[in-house]
Amino acid sequence: MRIKNHTSSQTPADLSRRRFIIAGSTITGSLLLGIPLVSVAANGAASNESSRIGFFINILENGDVIIGNAQPEIGQGLRTTLPMLVSEELDISWDKVRIESMPLGIVKTADGYTWKYGGQGVGGSTGLTRNWTFQREVGATGRLMLMQAAAQMWNVPLEQCSTKPGMVVCEPAGKQAGYGELVKLASTLPLPETAPALKPMDQYRIVGKPKHNKEVRDIITGKAKFGSDTQMPGMRYAVILRSPVLNGTVAGFDDSAARAVKGVLDVFPVEGPAPGAPYHILAHGVAVVANSTWAAIKGRKALKVEWSQSPNQDDSSEKFWQQNREMLATQGQVVHDQGDFPTALAAAHSVVKHTYEVPFVSHAPLEPQNCYAWVQDDKAHIIAPTQSPSGASRSANAVTGLDRLDIKVEMSRVGGAFGRRLTTDYVAEVCIISKKTGWPIQLVWTRDDDIRNDFYRPGGTHELIAGLDDKGQVTAWSQRLASGSKYYRRPDMKDEDLWKPELYVDDFPRAMVENFRLEYFHNFIGLPRGSWRGPAHVVNAFVIQSFLDEVAHETGQDPLALRLELLGRIEEQPYGNHGGPTMTPGRLSRLLKFVSERIDYSRPRPKGRGVGIAAHFTFGGYAAHAIEVSVDSKGEFTIERIVAAIDCGFAVNPNAVEAQLQGATIDGLSTALELEITVNEGRVVQKNFNNYPLMKIDRVPALFEAHVMNYDDTPTGVGEIGVPPAAPALTNAIFAATGVRIRKLPIADQLREKMTA
Amino acid sequence: MISLRINNKPVQFDGEPDTPLLWALRDHFKLTGTKYGCGIGQCGSCTVHIDGKARRSCMTTVSNTEGKSVVTIEGLAKGDQLHPVQQAWLEQDVPQCGYCQTGLIMTTVEFLQQHPKPSDEDINANVKNLCRCGTYVRVRKAIHRAAELSAQEK
Repeated sequence: MRIKNHTSSQTPADLSRRRFIIAGSTITGSLLLGIPLVSVAANGAASNESSRIGFFINILENGDVIIGNAQPEIGQGLRTTLPMLVSEELDISWDKVRIESMPLGIVKTADGYTWKYGGQGVGGSTGLTRNWTFQREVGATGRLMLMQAAAQMWNVPLEQCSTKPGMVVCEPAGKQAGYGELVKLASTLPLPETAPALKPMDQYRIVGKPKHNKEVRDIITGKAKFGSDTQMPGMRYAVILRSPVLNGTVAGFDDSAARAVKGVLDVFPVEGPAPGAPYHILAHGVAVVANSTWAAIKGRKALKVEWSQSPNQDDSSEKFWQQNREMLATQGQVVHDQGDFPTALAAAHSVVKHTYEVPFVSHAPLEPQNCYAWVQDDKAHIIAPTQSPSGASRSANAVTGLDRLDIKVEMSRVGGAFGRRLTTDYVAEVCIISKKTGWPIQLVWTRDDDIRNDFYRPGGTHELIAGLDDKGQVTAWSQRLASGSKYYRRPDMKDEDLWKPELYVDDFPRAMVENFRLEYFHNFIGLPRGSWRGPAHVVNAFVIQSFLDEVAHETGQDPLALRLELLGRIEEQPYGNHGGPTMTPGRLSRLLKFVSERIDYSRPRPKGRGVGIAAHFTFGGYAAHAIEVSVDSKGEFTIERIVAAIDCGFAVNPNAVEAQLQGATIDGLSTALELEITVNEGRVVQKNFNNYPLMKIDRVPALFEAHVMNYDDTPTGVGEIGVPPAAPALTNAIFAATGVRIRKLPIADQLREKMTA
Repeated sequence: MISLRINNKPVQFDGEPDTPLLWALRDHFKLTGTKYGCGIGQCGSCTVHIDGKARRSCMTTVSNTEGKSVVTIEGLAKGDQLHPVQQAWLEQDVPQCGYCQTGLIMTTVEFLQQHPKPSDEDINANVKNLCRCGTYVRVRKAIHRAAELSAQEK
């Protein structure tokens, strides 16, 4: 597919001269299989930037190389890892590399909008995998063109040219030249129609080696620019007072006191979605615009708003959990049924059945939501901390009506995302405010705004049932879940599909157990829902890995042995959910055995001390944890030691993978320890870190190992994989130490209460 | 008009005196390395030094800093020469998203003045900043490393 329409200043001749073949995908991210998208290369060609080869490579005269990164940086380190791929194939020294952030690139074709720089956006742990081949091809193509330039300059056959880091050499002619000398000529050569062959793994110099984050120096000196750090000429600050009650609307407001606050410039209502309608923003509210953040916050405090009745004003968590229990006493929607579960259960030698509760939780990135926008009559400029720049573009288009090509979207560094910034409600909000006022606006969310207006991870009640034969082998398995689906209020969502983001059919142990059933009940509560790092994997891993331990203990088996027996039943299984197409149980077994050995699992511990293990497959990657705890007689527990292991295929940057595994483990534990969002009288109860208390350093043991275990030659996802097994490893350890089973998250005071009762 | 010193330079603030120091630093003085995270002194992302003491800048008004000396993350390094705590952070490659890190560094600088050879227990008892990415494993290593670097400097 050729680009038929474009709005850049490039001429058609430039386009054909600078074609660049990239893996094509539509604007929504789905692959157009078999149709390579020919995208335009370089802003440089038509301008005087003769140092550029394609969009991503800019070689300076002194040999320094600036590599463009088109993906959001949310702390996962992609702005370092992806340029490693380019650098490897381009054949340059890593210490010569600097990183430049690229804006959203979209072009309009006869078939609609499509990507200019390849797909942009991070979620589902795909940031690396979607760019693994593409970014290496970018580097390899750049290298080939530099060699072609040298061959032309020296009048030698291309075959006689090769490269050393940063230079092309022609040994027969005894010539060599730095990339900085060659780039001007290279930038005028026609781009090859196909990318050259890529390096075999044993020749990697950069990829696969632990590299530090390229941006650390900027971060630790305060120079790194996050979304909230945007400052532009004439910029005003805005905050919104959003309905405290879910789905409340503004019945009326008195802004006289707000307008009297010095610095307040404007006050007006912002309309949210109708109850039950898809979200474009989260809530109805009243916006306050001021010449400083503080004036806006003070103005908001002085607002008097009368809120309307809401259909959700009586919603409460208590009611939600009660209803879940009532639902589970009935028959739900059987969403997967294999073998004959009822008969197998009836024939079972022993049956184990337990119920677990996993709460709603908030993302709470440390940088609250925010966004800069300036919407003018014919164009808009947005600087967004987002996981989805194209979502930002669509949100801006939806509320401004501007053509998406006239909306410039830049990405700031992002102060944590965890799935929250896959949605772009805050982009829509700031565009509404900028459009109304005509001013460049920085929208500020306070922490209260952020905790109380989120797309929360769904909460649910899970009933697990296992039937075992007289040898202790699991022959029947069922998971029955009553929850508030993540797909609540998705456009065009059918009721019978609401279960899909909550139960992944192919997850362990479906393929290992002949008689297997999944059952779902959708419960209603007005909390918005969304994707939270690892989504339902985190929830289901807690439930399944806890239950497995219970099955083992109640049938006199060892928890590790039981897991290895189940995982050993098959060598490979088809995996239809995200992260497939296959899952290899042996890779989980390898990690489980490894972490168990490291922590000396089989060594008997004294009373009050115990080890728990868990493992899970998430989005193509494998992880396992072994955790040791000590518990005193009052139920105070200390995490003594953590051994974590990840198999993310081939680790491109083992240092970044280790960091993600450390962070993911702590995320899983932090959330399990204390975090829960509750609702009372239609309002979110939690407001800030005092009642949504993230884990601090004091609960993280000094004995903390994070092992990155390579497998084969291709990377899988990384960022989410380490979260799911952490919480069940902890609660399994608590059981091993005390005999107290935690079936409800967060752990909070449960252990203290049970041990002092 | 409020007069104070920021990063060793005399400055004046002509905005509302009840403005929290945090917002004065960020909006007025354009020193955005100091971050807003909670506004209630819980997360520590806004930590600066006021007359040498680590303080949450969201919890004090700019008028309370009249005549005082404020050091922010932008004023910590001496030119290109990083402070030992920053140097340790660089060596240990601590940050993930990075948002909380400037506050963590400012907290650690003062902590190490009080505890030049900290134990893990000292760290647990005194470094209360929140990091949502969970960089704590490397933070702990970096604090110990910073203590070594600081000792070498003396």
